[in-house]
Amino acid sequence: MEAIDPFVFRLSIFVLAIFVGYYVVWSVTPALHTPLMSVTNAISSVIVVGALIAVSVATLGSESWISKGLGFAALILASVNIFGGFLVTQRMLAMYKKKER
Amino acid sequence: MSANLAALSYLVSGVLFILALRGLSSPVTSRAGNRNGMIGMALAIVTTLLVAGVTDALTWGLIIGGVAIGGGIGALIARRIAMTAMPQLIAAFHSLVGLAAVLVAAAAMYSPEAYGIGVEGAIRSHSLIEMSLGVAIGAITFAGSLIAFAKLNGNMSGAPILLPARHALNILLALVIVGLIVYFVTDQPHWAFWTIAGLSFVFGITLIVPIGGADMPVVISMLNSYSGWAAAGIGFTLENTALIITGALVGSSGAILSYIMCKGMNRSFISVILGGFGGETAAAGGPAESRPVKQGSAEDAAFIMKNAGSVIIVPGYGMAVAQAQHAVREMADILKKEGVKVSYAIHPVAGRMPGHMNVLLAEANVPYDEVFELDDINSQFAQADVAYVIGANDVTNPAAKSNPQSPIFGMPILDVEKAKTVLFVKRGMGSGYAGIENELFFRDNTMMLFGDAKKMTEEIVKSLG
Repeated sequence: MEAIDPFVFRLSIFVLAIFVGYYVVWSVTPALHTPLMSVTNAISSVIVVGALIAVSVATLGSESWISKGLGFAALILASVNIFGGFLVTQRMLAMYKKKER
Repeated sequence: MSANLAALSYLVSGVLFILALRGLSSPVTSRAGNRNGMIGMALAIVTTLLVAGVTDALTWGLIIGGVAIGGGIGALIARRIAMTAMPQLIAAFHSLVGLAAVLVAAAAMYSPEAYGIGVEGAIRSHSLIEMSLGVAIGAITFAGSLIAFAKLNGNMSGAPILLPARHALNILLALVIVGLIVYFVTDQPHWAFWTIAGLSFVFGITLIVPIGGADMPVVISMLNSYSGWAAAGIGFTLENTALIITGALVGSSGAILSYIMCKGMNRSFISVILGGFGGETAAAGGPAESRPVKQGSAEDAAFIMKNAGSVIIVPGYGMAVAQAQHAVREMADILKKEGVKVSYAIHPVAGRMPGHMNVLLAEANVPYDEVFELDDINSQFAQADVAYVIGANDVTNPAAKSNPQSPIFGMPILDVEKAKTVLFVKRGMGSGYAGIENELFFRDNTMMLFGDAKKMTEEIVKSLG
């Protein structure tokens, strides 16, 4: 049998992750829907890995300098989101308290 | 770091992100969940740095500088932001993810070697498809979230803006974008990439401007979903498992929230997207009725509630606008001391984003086990002595059940009408976002408390004390 294109593996992970997300998110209590949005926002900033690769390109020609610049801008944006997203989630979650008995 | 090891550690990051969401199933486990998310993020960043093998000082400077600038801004915002401003903050954060996706896709186009997807001008075609989908969805998310931010933050009117022939315009834009993607994948010229980004940006604007303020819970969830799909698209380009898993999680999370919000309003997703429904001031439909209503003062309300056995508080967007959550909690504390049973009832679409009211009540130190969702508390209104409706209107309107002609017919509502006495705190007799009269105002067991939600509640607190 011929080798399977790695793309197919990634697609499988993607499809399965959609299902995982589906079931996990339905189990989130509605009271925490706002923190859910802020934390999903924070984790989607894992796009920072793409920014880091771009910032680290070897600078050979003008094109790679463009990449470096774009990567740097993306890195700043993603960092705002990572720190802002996780910290604001933490701040919100710290407010949810049970009744004192 | 070997490629296999790196791939495994990205997988671990992805799993930690799943656990971060899983933790949110209860407030008790949520904080540990959030920590898992942070660990996953740190792991992904460290792995990427090890793989990239950065050696030169300039690059390190850029990386540390970028994280310091962005991180500093992010941390500052997270500390300072008022809880009532959470919807616009989330919208702003979505726009950043969208823009970051566009920038990363562009960087990959200029330096494909660094991403291992081919060489300049000869990038593998499936990478090109992933890249162009990522950039298109990213630009739509960016522009759409900017509009949502402006509407939520009050920089722009919340009323729907209806462009002439907007449906035709949107369809045309979508077709041109698809055509350009096909062209970009075959010929890969840079101008096509940037035109896709530009047109998608315009598309994002034309998609969101016709949607009214009250539909924002759906819009913000939808943009949440889009930011996920954009990330997943880029994840395929980068062949990065952490990004693919995250994109899928966020994408489905946003989609589920949109679905829950649509159901809370009994509207179809399509009708929300098509827009035109519900501006803040969409009222003034037909001549205002001049039927008599029973009006009360803070003292009256205090007297009624003090002598009640149980009070259910129904907060809405008006409470957020007036920042009345602390006053409400104070009132509840006094009532509880008097032996009154106090609980809170939250409608799924109360406020401007999913869970908006819960966060505000939590901020005011209301214990979360006193706060109930619609399905859990609706049967208790019949036994309640008082329903204290503060800043909510349409979500209590019985027309949703009784009048098939009503625009909100079929929407699930909180049955406040069944309580012995209904106290409505409102600025005036204006109707809600749907622009319809609320029959409840004119009932015998309803007392209207006209005034600012916060001032009125504070006055009640004074009279109770």
